[in-house]
Amino acid sequence: MKFTLSWLKDHLDTDATLDQIVETMIKVGLEVEGVTDPAEALAPITVGCVKHAEQHPDADRLRVCRVDTKDGEQQIVCGAPNAREGIKVAYAPVGAYIAGLDTTLTKAKIRGVESLGMMCSSRELELGDDHDGIMELPSDAEVGTPLAEVVGPLDPVIDFEVTPNRPDTNGVRAIARDLAAAGLGTLRPLEVPEVDAAFEQPITVETDAPEACPAFGALVIRRVKNGPSPDWLQDRLRAVGLRPINMLVDVTNYLSYDAARPLHVYDLAKINGAIRARTGRTGESFEALNDKEYAVDETMCVIADDSRVLGLGGIMGGVSSGCDEGTTDVLIESAYFDPLTIAKTGRKLSLTSDARYRFERGIDPASIEDGLKRAAALILEHCGGGASSITVTGTPPVEEKTVDYPATEVLRLTGMDVSETRQEEILTALGFGVTRGGTWQVDVPTWRPDVEGKADIAEEVARIHGLDHLPTELLPNLSDAPRRNPSVAEIRSHAAREVLAAQGLLEAVTWAFTDEEGAAHFADQPDELKLLNPISSDLSVMRPGPLPNLLLAASRNHARGAESVRLFEVGGAYTNVTPKGQRSVATGVLSGTLPRNWQGTEEAPGVFDAKAMALSVLEAIGAPTAKLMTFAEAPRGYHPGRSGELRLGPKTTLARFGELHPSVAKAFDLPSPVAIFEVELDAVPQPKKAGATKPALDASELMPVRRDFAFLYPKDKPALDLLRAVEGADKKLIDEVRLFDVYEGKGVPEDQRSLAIEVVLQPREKTLEDKDIETVSEKIVAAAGKQGGTLRS
Amino acid sequence: MTLEADIAALEADLTSQIDAASDERSLEDIRVAALGKKGVVSEKMKTLGRMSPEERQVAGPALNGLKTRIADAIGARKTVLEEAALNERLEAERVDVTLPVSTGPRGRLHPLTKTFDEIAEIFAAMGFEVREGPDIEDDFHNFTALNFPPEHPAREMHDTFFFPPKEDGEKMVLRTHTSPVQVRTMMNEKPPIRIIAPGRTFRCDSDQTHTPMFHQVEGLVIDRETHMGHLKGTLEAFCREFFGVKTLETRFRPHFFPFTEPSAEMDVKYERDGAVVKIGQGEAWMEILGCGMVHPNVLKACGLDPDEYQGFAFGMGVDRLAMLKYGIPDLRQFFAADQRWIEHYGFAPTEV
Repeated sequence: MKFTLSWLKDHLDTDATLDQIVETMIKVGLEVEGVTDPAEALAPITVGCVKHAEQHPDADRLRVCRVDTKDGEQQIVCGAPNAREGIKVAYAPVGAYIAGLDTTLTKAKIRGVESLGMMCSSRELELGDDHDGIMELPSDAEVGTPLAEVVGPLDPVIDFEVTPNRPDTNGVRAIARDLAAAGLGTLRPLEVPEVDAAFEQPITVETDAPEACPAFGALVIRRVKNGPSPDWLQDRLRAVGLRPINMLVDVTNYLSYDAARPLHVYDLAKINGAIRARTGRTGESFEALNDKEYAVDETMCVIADDSRVLGLGGIMGGVSSGCDEGTTDVLIESAYFDPLTIAKTGRKLSLTSDARYRFERGIDPASIEDGLKRAAALILEHCGGGASSITVTGTPPVEEKTVDYPATEVLRLTGMDVSETRQEEILTALGFGVTRGGTWQVDVPTWRPDVEGKADIAEEVARIHGLDHLPTELLPNLSDAPRRNPSVAEIRSHAAREVLAAQGLLEAVTWAFTDEEGAAHFADQPDELKLLNPISSDLSVMRPGPLPNLLLAASRNHARGAESVRLFEVGGAYTNVTPKGQRSVATGVLSGTLPRNWQGTEEAPGVFDAKAMALSVLEAIGAPTAKLMTFAEAPRGYHPGRSGELRLGPKTTLARFGELHPSVAKAFDLPSPVAIFEVELDAVPQPKKAGATKPALDASELMPVRRDFAFLYPKDKPALDLLRAVEGADKKLIDEVRLFDVYEGKGVPEDQRSLAIEVVLQPREKTLEDKDIETVSEKIVAAAGKQGGTLRS
Repeated sequence: MTLEADIAALEADLTSQIDAASDERSLEDIRVAALGKKGVVSEKMKTLGRMSPEERQVAGPALNGLKTRIADAIGARKTVLEEAALNERLEAERVDVTLPVSTGPRGRLHPLTKTFDEIAEIFAAMGFEVREGPDIEDDFHNFTALNFPPEHPAREMHDTFFFPPKEDGEKMVLRTHTSPVQVRTMMNEKPPIRIIAPGRTFRCDSDQTHTPMFHQVEGLVIDRETHMGHLKGTLEAFCREFFGVKTLETRFRPHFFPFTEPSAEMDVKYERDGAVVKIGQGEAWMEILGCGMVHPNVLKACGLDPDEYQGFAFGMGVDRLAMLKYGIPDLRQFFAADQRWIEHYGFAPTEV
């Protein structure tokens, strides 16, 4: 919302400077977003006088002028048709910033002729729309006089953010009231003129939609002479970004900004019969003042006459009944519209307007008659004519709101001790009625729909008193010693991140959404996870996990020249919209080889690197890795023969790992192989509550014995079965089983492979003798045999 | 020849042989030839038996002396040769230690991870625990319970992502702030409550300074006496600690948030030095966060009596805090997963 300093001073009697006003606005919570002070922009511009003007030797439309300025005589090349000898001009020296051109002037050569500075048009100085030629200043203006003094008082414009709780600040008067309360001057009394009724308001007005339009005030003025508004009014409207149209229309806009009181004017000659606020009917439509056609329906409140829809109540009027220069009889509408209906209608039609903005935030319901009177007085003054009486159909929802307010509330909530006298002073200045007592009775003004309870009153006192008076206190220690007490989820994501970064991976954070095609490689995301209003089509569905976005990132990194991609993310995976439908997954993508090294070049990462990474994460987050089973079932999107799942029991998947399916890799424009893994951080069972004590170390004094075995084993059988069988052959003695070689080829039957295993035997009671070792070896060979493994001779 | 002369000649001969021995093997040959069973010195020793006691009295010490001196000479020579052999081996083993080695790829944590950790640590010291909640929320937790009435224009301050309506017409949303976690905490736990809620948040907005996904940390304190003065003290302490400055000038400006009353925004003094932002010095104000006293309607919606309980809430953008603290220029790069960016702006897992 914009307003000008002079406009503010209509309501506020103050000597404060512009800076003080801005500072106080910020202090009371009116967030200033910008200040434009035209005097500042004009500071370098002074009066000059053209001494001589002659044709440019090389350009038909340019003139070379010698200009008398405060900097002495300057040569300036100018293209304006009115640049001629003897005129007084607005001279901008080299170095001046010209707002209308967004340029800082430099010494220039124009078609070979040196030019020092510029003679400006009013548009270039943002003083008006004229750009047909340079400004011609009064002939008595003295050379060197600052332009600001010549063109008259300039009105600074302040722009600030209207917060949804303060609909009253859509009017300049509310700003003045806040500033006055903060001690920056005196609020001038609002003079609402009495309008003599020359006749009874002749038009029948009805509200058939009392919920959407509870009250409709009307006043008719006959025999007006419509035309352009006076300059002061046009200047103000332009300053706040509005286009002056004609007096009748400009008055409505003026009061909308002055008092947050939206009004509408109808040309009575274009109205057929009665005026009615009613719900719209499907099939009806009207051409709005923005020259667009809008279809209305039963959810909307329209203003109609006996034959057609005239406009959307409280949002925008129609072309058919609009006022123009030919209007002689006018009906002014000052109504109250229901904020919700206005908001819904505006959203449905994507139609915004100053009126909608004010009505949907809630206007002062008690402003109907004042609005009519002020508008009528301005019209009578500038357009003549005679006014009718006022009719108000229906009843505006003026609530007598009184809040029980203990004066201690501001201390309780803010810690600021504001005296009762000061509190009363503040509240009264803001228009509240105060009855002091044990608990105060505070009457809320009709223009403050946001104030409902004592906390709101305390806020009013606090913000005007000033938050710079807040005490600085620290929270007292809680009875428990303050210490970090992280949740299991926190600990796990932390551990996963650290272990992956420690292994050389780079942590990424990617969007929680992805494109449907990418997601579909890994899961069918249900429709409920598709965004209604995605930011773009490639971010339209919640991701099944970080994988698709990491693969896209991997592809981008390769495209940028990265030889090796090693990314991970710990983040959300979504299966449905419920809180349980979101899981925390640690996902990694490895592709391409690390740079060559003279010590030996590593192979491109594959399925076993993925498995190792997944296990390292599981280990780090405390999963029972020894109990995990590897299932050679390829998850969707993975290479069918080079991927698997790590599960706890047959159903609980803790991790997926492997290589990306080559066709999926191709879809993501990635070279195969791509090693990928996903660890389900939430699926790991919750740790049992245990103390900090660790179990005693069970380290034997006796030397362990190591024995190697080589088994021939069917190629299509999982090696893990054989290893588990060997482990179980003698649980007391066998401490560890390590697979140290896998061999296929010459010397081994075609459907078999050779698995070489080192078994560590750890005696606990006495040193092993040959026969003990012999016995265990037999058990091992027998156990392996049950799995189809035969000792290789 | 006298025995004396004989011994002297033998010793001279052996000593010169020992000195000339060029390796351990030839030295061993000399030892055997001299001190072995049939060695020249041993043979001489054998002659002692055939001597008269008088002769033996003279020859015994002389021969024993010879034997000891030769053995010592051999021992000394052996040490020299061993050292030489070791030196030779070591010289042969010499490598070019200037050859570069690979320490493996350098892993890095995202700067957001580091920032979240730092924030959590600072607040932990003030007694705050971490609470988390889902990214996809219902209308109640994201809006209604936070005093955004249905259709209220305040909802338009949040450009909300919606999911398709369910059977009852309700649309789930991507949370627009982490305040729903405050609601969940107040509904599930008893005061005193002192928590921070970090996490991903979403708004349907994308330009130079806005991304559709970003990160917040919100804080909530509920008890019977906490007021805005505590809010100010807590947030100032946080900012000093986070930005590593001893003093920090702040400004609290009244503002509007539906879920707090009174509401404010906190500004800090800062100065721009080229691309570097220096918090805690200079004359300009920078908005850092929004805050206020929890609105009575929010307390009521969460089952707490606003006449009995009170407290404050605040919220801040973690991405922006990371940018300010670490001098990271472009917000959008946070989510681009460009390895060069992560390697440059990220942190080693060992960095504290």
